[in-house]
Amino acid sequence: MTNHYTDIGNADAVFIIGSNAAEHHPISFRWVLKAKDKGAVVIHVDPKFSRTSARSTFHVPLRSGTDIAFMGGMAKYILDNKKYFADYVLDYTNASFLVGESYSFKDGLFSGFDPAKKKYDKSQWAFEKDENGLVKRDKTLAHPRCVINVLAKHYERYNLDIVSQVTGVSQENLVKVYEAYAATGKPDKAGTILYALGWTQHTVGVQNIRLAGIVQLLLGNFGVAGGGINALRGEPNVQGSTDHALLYGYIPGYHNAPISTWKTLEEYQKANTPVTKDPKSVNWWANRPKYIVSLLKGWFGDYATAENDFGYSLLPKLDPGMDCSHLFIFDRMYQGKIKGGFIFGHNPCQSFPNSNKVRKAVDKLDWLVVGEVFHNETTDNWRRPGADPKKCKTEIFLLPSAYRAEKEGTISNSGRWHMWHYKAIEPIGQCRNMGEMFVQIMAKVRALYAKKGGALPDQVLKHELPDRFDAEEMTRKINGFFTRDVKIGEKEYKKGQLVPGFPLLQTDGSTSSLCWVYCGGYTEAEGNLAKRRDLTQTPMQAKIHLYPKFAWAWPMNRRVLYNRASVDQNGNPFNPEKAVIAWQEGKWVGDVPDGPAPPMAMEGGKYPFIMCTDGHGQLYGPGREDGPMPEHYEPAETPLTVNPFSAQMSNPCMKTVSGSEYDVLCANGDPRFPIVLTTYCMTEHWCSGSETRNGPALLEAEPQQYVEMSPQLAEEKGVKNGDVVVVESLRGRVEAVAMVTVRIRPFTIMGKTVHLVGMPFAFGWTKPKCGDAVNRLTCSVGDPNTTIPEYKACLVNLKKADKVTEL
Amino acid sequence: MPKAIFIDTTHCTACRGCQVGCKEWKNYPPVPTKQLGTHQNPPDLGPYNVKLVRFSEHLEGDTVRWYFFPDCCRHCVDPPCKGASSVEGGIIQDAATGAVIYTELTAKDDLETIRGACPYDIPRQDPKTKRLIKCDMCIDRIQANLLPMCVKSCAMGAMSFGERADILKQAEARLEAVKKEFPKASLLNKDEVAMIYLVADEPAKYYKFAVAEAPSPMTRKSLLAGVFSPLRRMAKSMQG
Repeated sequence: MTNHYTDIGNADAVFIIGSNAAEHHPISFRWVLKAKDKGAVVIHVDPKFSRTSARSTFHVPLRSGTDIAFMGGMAKYILDNKKYFADYVLDYTNASFLVGESYSFKDGLFSGFDPAKKKYDKSQWAFEKDENGLVKRDKTLAHPRCVINVLAKHYERYNLDIVSQVTGVSQENLVKVYEAYAATGKPDKAGTILYALGWTQHTVGVQNIRLAGIVQLLLGNFGVAGGGINALRGEPNVQGSTDHALLYGYIPGYHNAPISTWKTLEEYQKANTPVTKDPKSVNWWANRPKYIVSLLKGWFGDYATAENDFGYSLLPKLDPGMDCSHLFIFDRMYQGKIKGGFIFGHNPCQSFPNSNKVRKAVDKLDWLVVGEVFHNETTDNWRRPGADPKKCKTEIFLLPSAYRAEKEGTISNSGRWHMWHYKAIEPIGQCRNMGEMFVQIMAKVRALYAKKGGALPDQVLKHELPDRFDAEEMTRKINGFFTRDVKIGEKEYKKGQLVPGFPLLQTDGSTSSLCWVYCGGYTEAEGNLAKRRDLTQTPMQAKIHLYPKFAWAWPMNRRVLYNRASVDQNGNPFNPEKAVIAWQEGKWVGDVPDGPAPPMAMEGGKYPFIMCTDGHGQLYGPGREDGPMPEHYEPAETPLTVNPFSAQMSNPCMKTVSGSEYDVLCANGDPRFPIVLTTYCMTEHWCSGSETRNGPALLEAEPQQYVEMSPQLAEEKGVKNGDVVVVESLRGRVEAVAMVTVRIRPFTIMGKTVHLVGMPFAFGWTKPKCGDAVNRLTCSVGDPNTTIPEYKACLVNLKKADKVTEL
Repeated sequence: MPKAIFIDTTHCTACRGCQVGCKEWKNYPPVPTKQLGTHQNPPDLGPYNVKLVRFSEHLEGDTVRWYFFPDCCRHCVDPPCKGASSVEGGIIQDAATGAVIYTELTAKDDLETIRGACPYDIPRQDPKTKRLIKCDMCIDRIQANLLPMCVKSCAMGAMSFGERADILKQAEARLEAVKKEFPKASLLNKDEVAMIYLVADEPAKYYKFAVAEAPSPMTRKSLLAGVFSPLRRMAKSMQG
């Protein structure tokens, strides 16, 4: 989230798309209701009418996988009708930047595409620069290559007629949403966009979110109270785990994982540190080298010195372009290229796409260690229905994990609030928390290495690891220490003292920090700020539900990111009633500002988008893999045979794997599988359900796999409410109880009826007669930027079941 | 001072925190259920489910309406079930809170009579102990200065507990606000019950026993005269 939960209550319009907020992120919805009570319009755009829709001002159904068409239409509406916040767009976004001459867009493809590699040469999308290296701008916006004109040209095709035909949303409903939301383009109005996995889990997932960013920039909705682009993240602590780089392609703090061509630390830093010639641009990532060195010091301690590149050479390096996301890991596993491994906090045999393939892939392992609270489809893969335990070679070790209430530590909520979570009781039996398991396993491995040696000994032995896991101590280490006595400015810091904030992290090895964004969250004066529960606030903060002393938010307790964009160039809030920050008597008041610099028009003033190299919000963003502006492509499996926007049917860069007979995709408009399937979580079960299926009151409320379908489809298929049906895709079959409901409507797409069905993924075979993985139907394709799989749209067919075995 | 609970269904998202929280607090055993083509599960109130979120959906023109109704005992100000009971001390009303409590003595009472007397079709019977079962307003929690479990577990803040006079004031203020968007909104039997529901549409669209048919409180006399039970029987046959 650029903003945070309590801030949703400040919005004049709440636009929920790609999310079922009330069901999957209930607490967010408490604040949606507060906004609605104060008069905000709540718009829900989603394939099915859900509990979120029930409490929204209105719901608009759209065909799964057509969000870019829908949002592209909105961008066009805003531009055509001049609904944008003109000053904000001109001064704070890159609207006036000149796109270079090599940029082009023809029939679905941007310039620079290499069809053999399915990759773009992104340098072709670069901005035009002058002789001093500054991006050329035309503040009259007259130049045809001004970003705003390139953007308008790109979305010219997204007219109401074509958008309606592709999305299945009536033109009347399109205008209803566009009008209601575009009304927040006024300086004193704010709109928030809430999204979740309904947007990320597409082959165009990143571009869905990019387009929301474009819309928010046009409407001047970044930096303001009740605005922003807000990813709802839940109890799996996705925020915290992303910050700490649970993903293969990153190291903690949003830095790229090293690749083999960056042989030295200097090469890494050079390749990853952006440079700007514009003195008014903060270009915050210019600080990256400080964070990298401090991270290496945190990992390798005294071993890390300037002479040995602070241990950089010990880090594993990816080959350029190598994909180690789970789609590819399980593909390699299926091909027998992986012998064993650890799976903690995941139930891939249930929750990863193409489960039939994933389950067979796990069969190919010699050994597997699973850390879990309950037995689930992964821990017990060897005895799944249809498998012969005698033939299973995999030895699976189940390490019993401590349950939530049996451990302490931090959870970072979607609003980046770092919050301490207290232990209520000691773990039962032999259960341990994951930190303890890791520390103890590594201690044994290191002892064996010290005694007997082994491959890559320095990598194993040089890490600075604790003897025992202590969450409090780990939090201090994440914040970071001074590693020697230093003097910065007038102030002296002693060795071992906590670093007061990331602006003080250094490149010379005098500081350590395991994740720079959290530096400042644990101080010598106040201790662990994640434990704060103080609700005091100033009257200005009270107006916008801002509680600066409750927990601590990264970065530096800033609650609203890019808050310098909420004020004009002289520091006066665009909306004085809901001011986030204001320049008063020579200083900022309100939220922690995005840096101490004075307002933009003053001497030493800075642009508000401090994380962007050029300091401006990126309407045109030449950094993503699949284009500088989002373009509608159909999902990998589509009921259409023609994409009316271009000849390019699916995302030209989408990630595909091809290691098994399960990696098959329907032809476009395959008559055997005419129905669109979308999959989702549910309120009553958590993620893959491996935990909550063991909660009797929850299982009682939601006992079995179901498939939601329209009465029209049910009639077509001769299915009655409550009948068991078989849902089939090219990759598998699933039994489910038919939930025939008016909440699912047939779509009219390009003049034809297209049906959509929806299924939750929480039911698995380890709980008898509750059904089994819906992911046996979904496919192994992913977004080119993140490789997040396309769980939200694939093709199926269904029929009444002759025989029922799973329910 | 009598207490009351305000249930604002316009803020309810049917997360069923109340249904599950209630069951957990009471430590009721799980009931085996099946997916029957609806989220409403178990299908009805029972001896181990004294709080149940009811779902009802309607298509009106092109607009879907999906209503949620967290059903439970209304704790009538003048409870007809108490009037219908023939067992002394079986059904009592707590003077401090107004909570209507079924004691273990209800095992000697007749379910049909008591259930028939209830305009909201609430009472159920434990098949093992024969005791009649329904919500007791979490009298144990209230006496320990805690919120009733349903109120405590309501993540949306759709339920409020407090002094009856304050709750009525709150409910009426909210009704006024809601009427702007939903002109048919109403408070259900607010003068007769402690569990005050705000609904946005005709009550029957939520649940057929959402509101009591008879506008005035049942008296023991009218019940003894059997005026009410045929109504209940009729309703029951409709229920199928």
